[in-house]
Amino acid sequence: MGIRRFGAVTAAMTLVVLLAPTPAQAQQAVTLRVAITQQVDSLNPFLSVFQAGTEVGRLMYDYLTAYDVKDQRPVEGLADQWESSEDRLTWTFHVPEGKKWSDGQPITAEDVAFTYDLMMRDETAATANGSFTADFESVTATDDRTLVIKTKQPQATMLALDVPIVPAHVWSKVADIGEYRNDQTPVVGSGPFILTEYRANEFIRFKANKDYWRGAPKYDELTFTYYKTADAAVQALTKGEVDLVNRMGPAQFDSLKDKDGITRNQAQGRRFNEIVINSGAATRTGEPIGDGHPALKDVVVRRAIAKSLDLDAIIAKVNGGYAQRGTGPIPPVFGDYHLKPEPAHPYDPAAANAELDRAGYARGADGIRVSPQGRRMELRLLGHASRAYDEQTGEFVKRSLADLGIVVDVQIVSDNQLNEAGTAGTFDLQFSGWGTNPDPDFILSLHTCGQRPNADGKGGTTDTFFCDAEYDALYAQQRAEFDPAKRRELVLKMQQRFYDQVPAVVLGYDNALEAYRSDKFASFPVQPDPGGVIMAQNGVWGYYGATPVASAGSDTGSNTGLVLGVVGGALVVLVGGAWLIGRRRGLRAEDRE
Amino acid sequence: MIRHLAGKVGGALVSLLFVVALGFLLFRVIPGDPVVAMTRGRPVTGDQLAELRARLGVDKPLDEQFVDYLTAALRGDFGTSYVYSRPVLELIGERLWPTVLLTGTSTVLAVVIGLWLGIRGAWRRGSRSDRVSTGLALAQWAMPTFWLGMLLSLATGDLFPSGGMRYPDTPPDFLSQAVDVAHHMVLPCLTMIAVVYAQYLLVMRSSLLEEMHADYLTTARAKGLRDDLVRRRHAVPNALLPTVTLVFLHLGLVVSGAITVETVFSWPGLGLLTYEALTGPDLPLLQGTFVVLAGAVITMNVFADLLYRVLDPRVRAS
Repeated sequence: MGIRRFGAVTAAMTLVVLLAPTPAQAQQAVTLRVAITQQVDSLNPFLSVFQAGTEVGRLMYDYLTAYDVKDQRPVEGLADQWESSEDRLTWTFHVPEGKKWSDGQPITAEDVAFTYDLMMRDETAATANGSFTADFESVTATDDRTLVIKTKQPQATMLALDVPIVPAHVWSKVADIGEYRNDQTPVVGSGPFILTEYRANEFIRFKANKDYWRGAPKYDELTFTYYKTADAAVQALTKGEVDLVNRMGPAQFDSLKDKDGITRNQAQGRRFNEIVINSGAATRTGEPIGDGHPALKDVVVRRAIAKSLDLDAIIAKVNGGYAQRGTGPIPPVFGDYHLKPEPAHPYDPAAANAELDRAGYARGADGIRVSPQGRRMELRLLGHASRAYDEQTGEFVKRSLADLGIVVDVQIVSDNQLNEAGTAGTFDLQFSGWGTNPDPDFILSLHTCGQRPNADGKGGTTDTFFCDAEYDALYAQQRAEFDPAKRRELVLKMQQRFYDQVPAVVLGYDNALEAYRSDKFASFPVQPDPGGVIMAQNGVWGYYGATPVASAGSDTGSNTGLVLGVVGGALVVLVGGAWLIGRRRGLRAEDRE
Repeated sequence: MIRHLAGKVGGALVSLLFVVALGFLLFRVIPGDPVVAMTRGRPVTGDQLAELRARLGVDKPLDEQFVDYLTAALRGDFGTSYVYSRPVLELIGERLWPTVLLTGTSTVLAVVIGLWLGIRGAWRRGSRSDRVSTGLALAQWAMPTFWLGMLLSLATGDLFPSGGMRYPDTPPDFLSQAVDVAHHMVLPCLTMIAVVYAQYLLVMRSSLLEEMHADYLTTARAKGLRDDLVRRRHAVPNALLPTVTLVFLHLGLVVSGAITVETVFSWPGLGLLTYEALTGPDLPLLQGTFVVLAGAVITMNVFADLLYRVLDPRVRAS
């Protein structure tokens, strides 16, 4: 190719590119663009466990019942009415007429029965949500509208079955649930959005389900774009490439203060951070395991540790103020179940010191206390290398306990190492944390005797190794209690017991930090209202109820950069090509030695 | 020639086999129970954990697991990822092309820029342009990649996208997609080139310097050749060997991507997949990525070996 022809082709290509309609001009539809920083592990709702994955599941599939946007109580999902028998073992749900799958087929009780039944029959289908159907005796659709579920024992979570219901007419043809990816777009679903495109690790695209039974969403498209860091997501928000971001750190959240066109949402979160105290790790049969410091079996020491920690200072310094002070495992966002301890142990290092003195933990010559059994009070505190929180709070704890005459060795290790040490009981203190659900059963169950590992050290889900007869009795009672007020009382009592015995110190409840482009979207429903979150709700009200501003036409995505990039690229090719060709000519002329 | 080739390829195959075996053993040393990691923070019962263990096959004795793994791996099956519930090779394949596109493009550009500047620098060593270009390259080489990336991203304002490989709403036709991808690639590419071209520059510069006073260059000049022809046709070919080694070593690593650049610009590549697999630990995925990455390095080394013979007759003779 001659240099002139080459140049002409490049120039022509550049021209075509520049004249081609850019995406912003081609699109008239209103799109809500959401940044996600977590991977979608699977589109198959039977397999997906990551938060981002289950969120996609909730957008596509309704559950049997839903959680109210205001106060999270059970409201109509696929079923609009329900009742239970006297003995709480039989539940009857009514699936009303008129709700349709996105392919037009009616939604029936058969679909629900099919979904639950599949999870009971097929181990793989139980991967993600198996715990909800583990106690089911049978599930039958007595007719198209009526679903009857019989359970082996009374189950408090019958109106909180977080299981996406799938269409039987599609999924009955699936041979192997484990192999099925559910990415044949458009994916047939029942939710307010229909999945239309999926690019792994890049983005997910939905279109609004205009026939959704609650009514069509107020905009046309919803996209989830994947960013690997919260920094990148925040930058995309400021540049106007996305409209909604969550999971921000305090510094990122602060950086968006007073930015034009951006509104921040500091919401109550569902997570808590805690320091677990090894109060005597043992197996289910009571066989001691691990090498925790023996003095930690003494509740006086554990209480002294709790009293020596200034939780407010930790929140101010480490959380940037974006957290609430910790008490029990259930955060204030689930107001009814959140513990306001009575009596409380307030921050009081002097009292903590005095109590340790009284209990016979005398200070040695170097100021370090020695237990009555003669062991120096030296404790290991394990933290996650993946979490800056652990490292910063660790230093704080170290200093607080030093004032108490206790030496703390902060060890920041990989998550795996920490899990390993946690299961084996080879720690003294350790950072931990959990997300919680509207129903408190699971988070409370973690600290019952039965959750300790079996003789091989396997099969446990506890991290505190707490085993307390009073706590266990209360747990059993609340499980069988169906009167909300009475159950609430029991749940609070359990937490008070946990708080008094201090198998762990709950440090605080992180706020969920979110922000959105208020120049494009006027409002989002939060859950609970007020003070709640837009993303990661129990439900998808935040996306479903988003209201675009009246003239949401202007797309802020810039084309100048695109043009510059293309021109620059073409220039490089042009100059490079010319140089190469010129060189070859020169060679031919002067190639004779 | 054929024997030499067979020897090299045979050696590479043995290395690869070794890598496959090592892939299994190495990752069993990582502490942590993948089943516990997989179910962390979710409601699960002890029975479910046991079931999951059985399904993944991690409850079998280690030697049995090893035989299972090896026989499957030799058939080209690296199993199913714990986290994604999808075949490992499929996951790797999905991320391979974005990585090769990004790291490949930037490596080629970095090599071209580095060699060109290195040759110029050596030829006029000590000149101001040599000092400036070498100093600049070293300064960039010393910069933390993530920092440079973030800086570039901030400095360019909203000229370029802040991350990803394309916008979701780009029309599906080839031209629009290609332009969109190119647009997204500018910053990550620039970052990578800026950081790595120094090493090509320095190696090329120093190996050319060694040739500068060789007698054959005097001879060439005595023949009346123009200066840049002396450089191009006599000095550079002789100085090229160390650089070729370096280039091919790096081409082998192209597949592993660049974790930092991929992270800063949310590029959907292989580098981060490896890291994610490690945090699980997602054992099948780890084994798969390990073998693929090591395989790429081995293959490129074989190519480098073969290319030496083409480039330098002295290697052929020995």
